[in-house]
Amino acid sequence: MAVETAITERAQPAGPLLSFWRAFRQNRGAVIGLIIVSIVIVVAIFAPFFAPHDPIEQFRGFAKLPPAFVSGGDIRFPLGTDAVGRDILSRIIYGARISLFIGMAVMLVSAFIGVGLGLLAAAVGGIVDVIIIRIMDLIVAVPSLVLAILIIAVIGPNLTNTIIAVTIVYLPRYVRLVRASALAELSKDYVIAAKVAGVGKFRLMIVNVLPNCMAPLIVQGALGVSDAILEAAGLGFLGLGAQPPFAEWGVMLADSREFILSAPWIVTFPGLAILITVLNINLMGDGLRDALDPRLRRS
Amino acid sequence: MKRSKLIVAALLGASLMASPVMAKSLVYCSEGSPENFNPQINTTGTSFDAARPIYNQLVEFAPGTVEVVPGLAEKWEVSPDGKTITFNLRKGVKFGATKYFTPTRDFNADDVLFSFNRQWKADHPYNKVSGGAYDYFNDMGMPDLLESIEKTDDYTVVMKLKEPNSPIIANLAMDFATILSAEYGDAMLAAGTPEKLDQEPVGTGAFSFVAYQKDAVIRFKAREDYWGGKQPIDDLVFAITPDASARYAKIKANECQVMIAPNPADLEVIKADPNVNLLEQAGLNIGYLALNAQKAPFDNVKVRQAINYAIDRDSILKEVYQGAGQKAKNLIPPTIWSYNDAITDYPFDPEKAKALLAEAGVTSLSSDLWYMPVQRPYNPNGKRMAEMMQADLAKVGITVELKSFEWGEYRKRLQAGEHQMGLLGWTGDNGDPDNFFFLLGCAGGTPAGQNISKWCNKEFDDLLMSARTLTDVKERSALYAKMQEISKAEAPQVTIAHSTVFEPIRKEVEGYKVSPLGRHEFTGVSVK
Amino acid sequence: MFRFLLKRAALTLPTFAALMLITFMMIRMVPGDPIEVRRGERGISPERLAELRHEMGLDQPWLKQFWDYVVQILHGDFGTSIVSHEKVLTEFLTLFPATLELTLAAMIFAIVLGVPAGVFAAVRRGSFYDQALMGAALTGYSMPIFWWGLLLIMLVSGFWGLTPVSGRVDLIAFYYEPVTGFALIDSLLSGQDGAFLDALHHLALPTIVLGTVPLAVVARMTRSSMLEVLEEDYVRTARAKGLSPYRVIGLHALRNALIPVVTTIGLQTTTLLSGAVLTETIFSWPGVGKWLIESIFRRDYPALQGGIMLIAGMVILFNLLIDMLYSLINPRIRHGR
Repeated sequence: MAVETAITERAQPAGPLLSFWRAFRQNRGAVIGLIIVSIVIVVAIFAPFFAPHDPIEQFRGFAKLPPAFVSGGDIRFPLGTDAVGRDILSRIIYGARISLFIGMAVMLVSAFIGVGLGLLAAAVGGIVDVIIIRIMDLIVAVPSLVLAILIIAVIGPNLTNTIIAVTIVYLPRYVRLVRASALAELSKDYVIAAKVAGVGKFRLMIVNVLPNCMAPLIVQGALGVSDAILEAAGLGFLGLGAQPPFAEWGVMLADSREFILSAPWIVTFPGLAILITVLNINLMGDGLRDALDPRLRRS
Repeated sequence: MKRSKLIVAALLGASLMASPVMAKSLVYCSEGSPENFNPQINTTGTSFDAARPIYNQLVEFAPGTVEVVPGLAEKWEVSPDGKTITFNLRKGVKFGATKYFTPTRDFNADDVLFSFNRQWKADHPYNKVSGGAYDYFNDMGMPDLLESIEKTDDYTVVMKLKEPNSPIIANLAMDFATILSAEYGDAMLAAGTPEKLDQEPVGTGAFSFVAYQKDAVIRFKAREDYWGGKQPIDDLVFAITPDASARYAKIKANECQVMIAPNPADLEVIKADPNVNLLEQAGLNIGYLALNAQKAPFDNVKVRQAINYAIDRDSILKEVYQGAGQKAKNLIPPTIWSYNDAITDYPFDPEKAKALLAEAGVTSLSSDLWYMPVQRPYNPNGKRMAEMMQADLAKVGITVELKSFEWGEYRKRLQAGEHQMGLLGWTGDNGDPDNFFFLLGCAGGTPAGQNISKWCNKEFDDLLMSARTLTDVKERSALYAKMQEISKAEAPQVTIAHSTVFEPIRKEVEGYKVSPLGRHEFTGVSVK
Repeated sequence: MFRFLLKRAALTLPTFAALMLITFMMIRMVPGDPIEVRRGERGISPERLAELRHEMGLDQPWLKQFWDYVVQILHGDFGTSIVSHEKVLTEFLTLFPATLELTLAAMIFAIVLGVPAGVFAAVRRGSFYDQALMGAALTGYSMPIFWWGLLLIMLVSGFWGLTPVSGRVDLIAFYYEPVTGFALIDSLLSGQDGAFLDALHHLALPTIVLGTVPLAVVARMTRSSMLEVLEEDYVRTARAKGLSPYRVIGLHALRNALIPVVTTIGLQTTTLLSGAVLTETIFSWPGVGKWLIESIFRRDYPALQGGIMLIAGMVILFNLLIDMLYSLINPRIRHGR
């Protein structure tokens, strides 16, 4: 089937976006992922509209209610309430904002800086290249969570600092990726020709080299969002993420850990939210990769 | 649980039954690794608990009480002027032999001198070993108090003080006054490994040290030649289990017989467990919310009272303490003498709070509220408590921003008075009211002082000072009762709760007593 | 050749130096004080604090402290923990076997299940099994393992009572001195009946939790690598020659397909160590991950610094080793760099 598509594509040339969409559409999982991620995004953006309650309102006397579908539950609190009587569903819905925000912010910032450093390393070479690559090696040598925790310990735990810490941890993958593709691109004939023709290095990088790194970068970016969400949730779980009253999923888990035996639903749902979001972003990312990477598309 | 045991048992086969496993063991699920095994140099309850089976002090607290009883000193005598204490030491007390050291002589006065001089004299060969910080020795004012410690013969030690001090006997029952073996100390010094004294302990206690694996297990063996007689159990094991739910699961599976600090959320389940006895004891502590009286608008007593009315402490007791606590109206727990029960507490009354705020002319107040990042004996979950207060205060129109810092930093900043409202508390050491009030006077209210309400009231401070100089309990009681009245009316804190200490033990365990001082002791404990 | 290897090795020296400097500076920028943090409500007088800081050398200028530290490390001394007064290296070596045991067990778990799953999915490409397996793999790959750990404890240990909740061996039933620090080996050496099985029983759940993500990675990698190899000419030829499909898969395809898989596994070390931090925290596993986290909270500078140095050092050396092996196998790399 994949072969057929390739043939049709050749027969009627289409814009890159359209052909990308056609390839992406082939992957059922990816489409499902896209749909669910879109739903999560919509829910997060319009959280006040979807959430039955204010996520930080404490319903005194309704603490630790089980979900509505379990006996003892209350229909007003579909997924039950937490230790101080806040509606879990509302907290999860508002938590989606924070988790997605962290994921997107980390991806954008680290991709931006990573592209800059990667291009710089490839373009300038020499000592600059060595220094950048060595620093990236250093970051990679320390287990990411330990490094993130150390950074948070230095700059203090809050939402912004979580983003900073996770960004630093994920920087090397972008730098390495961009540098490698840029180096490969720079050695190609057309680039050498352009150089000879007197095209400026900076212009060369932006106009010729960067677009050619785009495909792997987008794939890396998509996976980067889900990894960042997981990493941030891990930090939250260790008590170093967003601070109250924010409803971050990892923090919700950490806060409810003591109820693992007495009120398991408080522990279950935030984790499920993380899993579903991350899983579908990854599904989508797989589809993106297959669609963008022609080599894989053929196989 | 049962099934896992069955599977294991089946896998083990019958041969196990014949092995020496049948020796009577008691496993205590502790919460963390000790810093080392010398109570002179460490400060945490976890470390004290881990060293206690091995050692004795001259005088000791009887298990489960704050009553002082003879230990290595058979008896002691205080001179009429209160400045000289003569200790008659117990004879025939042996140090426990271990695989790394075999003592050749009995306990005597040299060991006492060795133990105190190490902490006291800067030129003692051991003074600088293992960091050389003797926090409790210094905190209890020993360097300022001690004139001399001398032996008159092998079994008599005379301690001279610079001034009379009645609590010193109780202080000497604390862990920092532990008696180490001078002979072992000399041997380790000669061997060039003095730090072993603190890591591979030798003592006169009921158990001898066998092995320690960091973050995993500490093993002790009951001594046949203990001066107090062989213990009913043979092996004492500390299973280091930081997670409270995991500790309870181990109790259920009979992998532990005694555990520290159950998860408040699990108390209901534990109470219903037929195999477990849930022991409880009122804790010697207080948790409060301090209002910074030097910062507007908390300099206004009406605002401070309004906060007192606005906070729903019953809900906090229910959701934060999960019932394991009692509402506090005074700064001292009711188990302490001089507790003023006549005080009327502020009821939960948001309307009254709003009215008081209006009277004070305070509108749209926003404030910070600091919570500690760690669990404390008097506050099981600072964050949750702060979140609940935030919700309560929002209802009377106060916008609260929550703040927290790493624990050491947290206290430092509170002491510097950076906060407007902040959670803190206190755990008592010896049951004297002064032990609760001494930091809350005007001296503590200066920058870097421990009185984090920064509240200085002349009358309160004068009473505090004069109560300290009196000896008569009745007279002192009257003063402390008056102080409680003043602090309630002036409301520099919201007194929240005195927590209750719970300890689940297996039904098979006999003779275990919960200590009001938060100790975990295993002398006299047996397993059926 | 030898010169190349030497050059590669020499390149790690500045990396080590930078690592030392950066961790040193970062750790000292952490707010809070190792002395303050250990004090309870009782607090400490400013004079006493200054005295203690002086004794620990914390009042020295940065550069002096750093230089002392470098000299110390060159003498093979990683410092002494502020909390336990024990040598950092000793503590590390006591705890590291537990981490290594857990990590290796997770790796083995991932390979033993992941490779066959990947091969099976590749051979039955597009089938229901393929889709189910790959769906499961992607789920595993997306798993927040701290939650997964809690969930498994809740179900497997809590409700069904199948595994112990934490610890490495039943402390009442068995007693032996740690020789190697590996519970599995020590229990065998102890010669006590059932000790080994009991240790295995304790290891099971943490292994599953830590092994979940690597399992997913290995399965996915094996599948895609296998698919590529199956397309190669020599495999087609072998098939055409009428070799039995199992022989083709087992002997020819798998061997070649596994090369990238092994590389991936090698590159998973730091990821696994990150996972180990969370797994050890959840299961109270006495390893270095948990120790590092606690050291951060306790502001135990020497332990933290030494621990990070040792772990990062091992990762760097490990990567160097892989690099060298690669260049031995594939000389082209030498020119590429």
